[in-house]
Amino acid sequence: MTMLNVALPKGRLGEKVYGMFEQAGFECPSIRENSRKLIFENPEKGVRYFWVKPSDVAIYVERGAADVGVAGKDILLEYAPDVYELSDLDIGKCRMAVAAPAGFQDDIRKTLRVATKFTNIARTYYAGIGRDIDIIHLNGSIELAPILGLSDVIVDIVETGTTLKENKLEVVRTIVPISARLIANRSGYKFNQAAIERLVAGLTAQKEENA
Amino acid sequence: MNANRLVKTLGDLYAAYGYQPYRMSKFEEYDLYARNKDFLLSDQIITFTDTNGKLLALKPDVTLSIIKNTEDLPGVQKLSYHENVYRVSGHTGAFREQPQTGLECIGELGPYDIAEVLLLAGRSLKAISEEAVLDISDLGLLSKVLDAVTAEKADRREVLRCFYEKNRHELSALCRERFPAAEETLDRLIQCQGAPREALEQLRDILGGTSAESELRSLEKVMSLLEGTDVYRMLRLDLSVSGDSKYYNGIVFKGYVKGVPNSVLTGGRYDNLLRRFHRASGAVGFAVYLDMLEPLYDGLPETDVDDLIVCPEEADLPAAIRLRDRLIGEGKRVSVQRLAPGKLRCKNRWLCKGNEVTPF
Repeated sequence: MTMLNVALPKGRLGEKVYGMFEQAGFECPSIRENSRKLIFENPEKGVRYFWVKPSDVAIYVERGAADVGVAGKDILLEYAPDVYELSDLDIGKCRMAVAAPAGFQDDIRKTLRVATKFTNIARTYYAGIGRDIDIIHLNGSIELAPILGLSDVIVDIVETGTTLKENKLEVVRTIVPISARLIANRSGYKFNQAAIERLVAGLTAQKEENA
Repeated sequence: MNANRLVKTLGDLYAAYGYQPYRMSKFEEYDLYARNKDFLLSDQIITFTDTNGKLLALKPDVTLSIIKNTEDLPGVQKLSYHENVYRVSGHTGAFREQPQTGLECIGELGPYDIAEVLLLAGRSLKAISEEAVLDISDLGLLSKVLDAVTAEKADRREVLRCFYEKNRHELSALCRERFPAAEETLDRLIQCQGAPREALEQLRDILGGTSAESELRSLEKVMSLLEGTDVYRMLRLDLSVSGDSKYYNGIVFKGYVKGVPNSVLTGGRYDNLLRRFHRASGAVGFAVYLDMLEPLYDGLPETDVDDLIVCPEEADLPAAIRLRDRLIGEGKRVSVQRLAPGKLRCKNRWLCKGNEVTPF
């Protein structure tokens, strides 16, 4: 039997995703065992799982090391991997937003300084509204940038807004809603189509039950 | 699989169907690509100035050169090529030399010509691997469907992106927001995929009698010409195959083989590109990306040669030459050296000393 290779994002989201896959008929009990192993397989069900850094899932899938995987829409928009996006799992929900110090007024006579980890998303968004910007790429603690005067605004993921509030920042605009998506390698899809379609149907049924 | 043997097999296949080998220069005037940048996969091109001050480019594409250097003639011109193109690799961002082999069919095209090109695309995939799939879509048909839904360019682009990604959930959301009346049709279309006969039945059920009827009939005709061929079982209709409508206007297709994560063959009908060159002909063709096939190529052989003959003294060469010729005659790979090279891997080692040749 051909094995379906699945890249799962490490962490709480990945565990939730595995639960959905399990319920869809792709169980692999060894994954629940507390171990340092990275690869788990269940030959009976024809499935092999591996945990990877969430931002790397799309790379594993695009390059064919995994046939399917689950990645956030933020990663898909930022890196634009050439993959199929087969389902919105409706979990890991948050939004990509522009945030600024409370009471911020955009001075359109000046270039807007935008701090972000998501440079492509920010560039595309501001190009779409014709606003001239200077992107400051940061790898973390984005909220610090406007507080210290490094940037005027930030573009970042907002889940509950608590971190923003605690740093006296507020959402100015939502760019796009984010959630976890099931993605598939284009070639892998052709040669594992029956299993992948079964997986999509199982996940869709769970979504409908929870709706 | 051996790369050289594959190129020869494909060349012979195309020649058997009357495709004439077409050779072209490595360089083209940069202007050709500057005017048709959208047709290229990347707008990054290696340029240099020739001795006359003309800006030249290492060709990033073969089709544009063929279209530029041919003219409309009665009948159909059938050309094949095996060339290197110079493109930026999407993953590394660095320029790479990429070998391509493929064919172009230019002229007054009928269903037979399209079917023949699809047959040869299928046979090309078969020469690479028995586990192969040729996905086929029709941009003309999709375009007609979209004409009935929206004239907004941005919306059309979004719908096509959803089809390309098989992104049913975002297509539904877009439809609900922008054109609710089209949601059911587009949702059925995005799910329409599979073996030609079944998928065509689904398409007829969705689009029969609509403004896309004529495109549907043409597609049915082409597919009927492929029924009964050895490649029919690897054909699949799949509307996620796409192409830039500024160039492509009808059937488009992509080939996949098991073990390679990307498509290894891309092609389609590109009459719209010829219109940009003020030509009346139609054109269809495809390219096989040979560099994509590297995962399938044979790995390193266990040894570099079968036999190593070490002959330290010139006086002993006649004995070494006699042994060399005998072994080569037996079909072995032989290396004659003065000293045993450190890294050469061989099955047998021979030492020539005096008139004697002894294993060591």
